[in-house]
Amino acid sequence: MTAEPKLRVQGVSKSFGDHLVLDGISLDVAERDVICLIGASGSGKSTLLRCINLLEPIDDGRVVLDGEDISEPGRDPDPIRRRIGMVFQSFNLFPHLSVVDNVAIGPRKVLGRRRAVARADAQILLDRLGLTDRADAYPDQLSGGQQQRVAIARSLALEPEVMLLDEITSALDPELVGEVLDVVRELKREGMTMLFATHEMAFAREMADRICFLHQGQILEEGPPEQIFGDPREERTRQFLQRVIDAGRM
Amino acid sequence: MALVVLVPRTPGWERVQQSFFDREIFVETFPKLLSAFVLDIKILAWSTPAIFVLSVLFALARGVRSPALFPLRAFGAIYVDVFRGIPVILVITLVGFGIPTGLALPRPWNSPLLWGSVALILSYSAYVAEVIRSGIESVHESQRAAARSLGMTSSQTMRVIVLPQALRRVVPPLMNSFISLQKDVALVSLLGPIEVLRRANIEQARLFNFTPYVGAAVIFLAVTIPATRLADHLMARQRRRTGGTAVG
Repeated sequence: MTAEPKLRVQGVSKSFGDHLVLDGISLDVAERDVICLIGASGSGKSTLLRCINLLEPIDDGRVVLDGEDISEPGRDPDPIRRRIGMVFQSFNLFPHLSVVDNVAIGPRKVLGRRRAVARADAQILLDRLGLTDRADAYPDQLSGGQQQRVAIARSLALEPEVMLLDEITSALDPELVGEVLDVVRELKREGMTMLFATHEMAFAREMADRICFLHQGQILEEGPPEQIFGDPREERTRQFLQRVIDAGRM
Repeated sequence: MALVVLVPRTPGWERVQQSFFDREIFVETFPKLLSAFVLDIKILAWSTPAIFVLSVLFALARGVRSPALFPLRAFGAIYVDVFRGIPVILVITLVGFGIPTGLALPRPWNSPLLWGSVALILSYSAYVAEVIRSGIESVHESQRAAARSLGMTSSQTMRVIVLPQALRRVVPPLMNSFISLQKDVALVSLLGPIEVLRRANIEQARLFNFTPYVGAAVIFLAVTIPATRLADHLMARQRRRTGGTAVG
């Protein structure tokens, strides 16, 4: 690890009403790190990712990007968000825009690129993700796997420094999961700093430099995949992994 | 009119035909009615875009979430409540007669055409604002999240992502409002401008025959029926696309 981590989460807490969703989470992500969040539904994985991307205001603690406190109240979140890409479980493509415009809209509006330039760049990204011939289609004409790849391209178009992936294969039919995971593999190879939540344990094991097990809004255990999957220290982790194995997801 | 229909003296078909469907009178007055209808079209033509712009603004005002802009939100809510709660004909009388006369405005600012249109615009903006607001609220929160996560500002998100989707969804109910407006334009006749209803009035008084009203009705139907069919078609297409969750 370098002296200053790319991203630091320090004692972040977040409640929805009386329900404490994040309970003092701390996490350091070094440049080029790939960190995987695992845990049962409702353990706080998605909320943590949304808090890092400042989509949810945090109640306590701070989020630091390149040494800067980005969670400071009153700070304009828009310039920060463009540096942090986010991909959602349900794709959330813009249904009224074609595929190429979905990818080009960010650079056009946020970076002020000209339309033609943004679309040309978008086309290059789509080529890379194997979507060359779908550029003029609309999201509802695509398979789930294609939609999720477009969503990744849309995020990458802003050249983010960190990518947050929120259960990006959970809404996909099993046979479509592979094509999306291939893209993530490629991103890792290129050295993208990533933080992702997933139920795909095999993938977590393959991709992650470190795995964090979340339970009731806390990181209960953190370590390299071999240790978490092979020799979990915490009883809760063991129980969770056993349930995953029983459900045939590993 | 009711008097003629209900007066029981020899109410045979011949009498009806004479009073309502007199061929000669129809032929004589219909061209005049048509040329008067041009004014209805004009009122419609300049009111529609104004209503659209104003109602989008009111819908946005009502959707403002920032506490600092609460007065804007309150103003939007009050406006919509007030103008939706008053009959259109009352707004037209109040604004159309009241403002030019009550404020003793000089020419050309006392034009009944101007204030009649303003009244229609004020009234309809309140209705249409509600339609548009329902469209805005029907766009799922995840669309905003996706746009914001790209770094778009909240106004960019509204303009580029939310509003285009919202407007597409409310096209069918907007068509219905447009059809109502087509008819309500005739209410401006109250204020004096010689549009089609006023012209039918004049002709009826001159010829003592109701055929001109029937002629005016024919003209309205020629415009509203195709528009209604188009609205139905759009509504059905919307249902097919969204699986029965059209807003409106």
